[in-house]
Amino acid sequence: MTGSTSTRTARLSALVRPGRARATAGFGLAAVLLLAVAPVLLSPFRLGLLGKFLCLAMVAVGIGLAWGRGGLLTLGQGVYFGLGAYVMAMHLKLADAGPGGVPDFMLLYGTGEVPGWWEPLRSPAVALALVVLVPAALAAALGWAVFTRRVRGAYFAILSQALAAAFAILLIGQQQTTGGTNGLNGFRSFFGYDLADPVNQRMLYLIAAGVLLVMVVGARQLMVSRFGEVLVAVRDQEDRVRFLGYDPAAVKTVVYVVAAVMAAVGGALFVPIVGIVSPADVGVVPSIGFLVGVAIGGRATLLGPVLGSVAVSWAQTSLSEQFPSGWIYLQGALFVLVVAFLPGGLASVVPMLRRRRRAGREAEPEAPAAPGDAPSPDLLPEGSRA
Amino acid sequence: MRPRSSTGTTRTGTTRPVVASLAVLAVAALSACGARVDAASGDASASAAEGCVDTSGDTVKVGFLNSLSGTMAISEQTVHDSLQLAAGEINADGGVLGKQLEIVSEDGQSEPTVFAEKATKLITSDCVAAVFGGWTSASRKAMLPVFEANDSLLFYPVQYEGLEASENIFYTGATTNQQIVPALDYLAEQGTTSLFLVGSDYVFPRTANKIINAYAEAHGIEIVGEEYAPLGHTDFSTIVNKVKAAGADAVFNTLNGDSNVAFFKEYNNAGLSADDMPVVSVSIAEEEVGGIGVDNIEGQLTAWNYYQTVDSPENDAFVKAFQAEYGDDRVTSDPMEAAYTSLYLWKAMVEKADSFDVADVQAAADGVTFDAPEGTVVVDGENHHVAKTALVGRIGEDGLIHTEWSSEEPIEPDPFLEGYDWADGLS
Repeated sequence: MTGSTSTRTARLSALVRPGRARATAGFGLAAVLLLAVAPVLLSPFRLGLLGKFLCLAMVAVGIGLAWGRGGLLTLGQGVYFGLGAYVMAMHLKLADAGPGGVPDFMLLYGTGEVPGWWEPLRSPAVALALVVLVPAALAAALGWAVFTRRVRGAYFAILSQALAAAFAILLIGQQQTTGGTNGLNGFRSFFGYDLADPVNQRMLYLIAAGVLLVMVVGARQLMVSRFGEVLVAVRDQEDRVRFLGYDPAAVKTVVYVVAAVMAAVGGALFVPIVGIVSPADVGVVPSIGFLVGVAIGGRATLLGPVLGSVAVSWAQTSLSEQFPSGWIYLQGALFVLVVAFLPGGLASVVPMLRRRRRAGREAEPEAPAAPGDAPSPDLLPEGSRA
Repeated sequence: MRPRSSTGTTRTGTTRPVVASLAVLAVAALSACGARVDAASGDASASAAEGCVDTSGDTVKVGFLNSLSGTMAISEQTVHDSLQLAAGEINADGGVLGKQLEIVSEDGQSEPTVFAEKATKLITSDCVAAVFGGWTSASRKAMLPVFEANDSLLFYPVQYEGLEASENIFYTGATTNQQIVPALDYLAEQGTTSLFLVGSDYVFPRTANKIINAYAEAHGIEIVGEEYAPLGHTDFSTIVNKVKAAGADAVFNTLNGDSNVAFFKEYNNAGLSADDMPVVSVSIAEEEVGGIGVDNIEGQLTAWNYYQTVDSPENDAFVKAFQAEYGDDRVTSDPMEAAYTSLYLWKAMVEKADSFDVADVQAAADGVTFDAPEGTVVVDGENHHVAKTALVGRIGEDGLIHTEWSSEEPIEPDPFLEGYDWADGLS
């Protein structure tokens, strides 16, 4: 192996591990599980819950790119999730009210008139476009302003979190037009389809699963592309990338916008599946919640964020069902365990096992037949036993 | 490790077939869609609303949905305790229609979205006959469409902002004409001519203050200020200074939660007292007095429909039973009493209907009574609220609240304030 091309490709193939064939197989398995097995096995309620988890996982895919690959610790993805969700919710509210109608909560708390900035959302096409365009525009403007000023690290994290806090406060304060703490709920139809019909609910789930799979493919393509390499380079050595003639601010802004759009699409699908969005779903706490799933799953890997996010949501729901008064301690304990023993996230378990097995095999000739004094009252004894 | 020739082949190799197959799948799935709204939506929602409540065995399931974690846990845990007490009593007494109650508890986590999710779970997965719980207006608003879509029953035990009446909810706390309006009547009786309004920034205070403004305009009371603080806000120096400068006869307080601690501390620091400018609160009950500190709030007024000090044999029994179960230092409050009452009201409705079926219970609800700790309550079959006696009380040095004034008889619920001329145009 000589020359820069081969080093680059070697590093690249290390990045896309576990390899193309295995990735395709894993992707196919996930697609079959999500699109064929889950709808058959799960009750409508459980399927709806899984749909909700998949929407949250979309946010995680974006965070995986921005944080895991680009090093942007975004503590404020709730803003983009919320923008997508509220745009969709506003459209559904207007659609339920009928042509020229006024959403119920505005009659109750507002002036009884639809404000001008709501009006464009009556059109389904405009609403769908704005689900993507509003968050993209905000992320582009904010990203460009922040990254060209070379704000990074903890300062960027604090800034993004403040944005989430401000967004929630803004929503709460505008009760007449945003529903305040109540949020928006009570949707009856989704682009003309009755939301109470179980067939349509399954449909929504399938749409969410399909969109998530497309996002994962998109994220993978982005990771293995030239852009993905520059992104990792910017994360690891921003100044060197700048000296090489790239503009790190542009690279970061692009990945920030991609993550924002993914979060917004997740939010837009969350609304019809869950049936409500409120400021409690978009503020600081849920924004950190998104990040926890990514960290637990393994932020720099392709599937880690998705699996971590779904696992955390699932654990939260099932623990709170089993132990309604003590679940929050169990969840906390789970986080502590993962952070303490698996700092690379759950996705690091398999490579770690493989490494240990290999290390064990190499160590064997030097230290034969010494299973007793092996340094292994640890979590993964199989790996060290070999 | 063999280097690959280029990244380009990777991209074309995997993506195109995958995306194509997803597109095919999406099209196939879309062609198999369910009902559209324009085509007889009524039938579609009816088909989704088949109950699955199992009443064949010796037990019947009911759901308790309270926030056991999050900011509201401190209040809602007490409601949960009192619901458990009522369920224990009913089971010891032979159950409902001879069936023991089997409780399914869920944690609402102080978040509207979770309330909606857990309500769906209780109705469709656990198949409970009725759900008891909810506290904040946001949690009730989040659950309302769930109960309506699945045609199930919710018993909501907290005073609220009115302007609502759902077939699927029974409201066992006060609506505005049973709490806020009587409190204003009391203040007017006392000769109050100016009021300052302080509240947390959410639905209940804003709606309550809309009603108070309408009342004040019709009764010649001047509103000299109206201030809102975000929920959880703890810096009240600005607001208290405004209150002091405005010099109103009284303050009407709709703050919720922690904010009350900071507000009353600041109020005392500013040299204001219950004697020269009393504060009437509608969200402070016995449970909260301890948290705020008796010293900070002694002598101030509250408006409710029940106090632990209510003198009746039913209340003696309730307080004794509660303290025997949970400890002598525990207090009982209005929402706890309303929750306790709600379980007994449901029992009475089911027994009158001789059925657990939702439609039968709704049909039997009108006129159902229960000799509650607060006095006898009667269910109004029209709006699903209950008739309640309004009380204004003063917080004593023992930390309990003592009745200062009471409406002459139970007030019929009027959630949309239709019987009040001054309230025209509010709903």
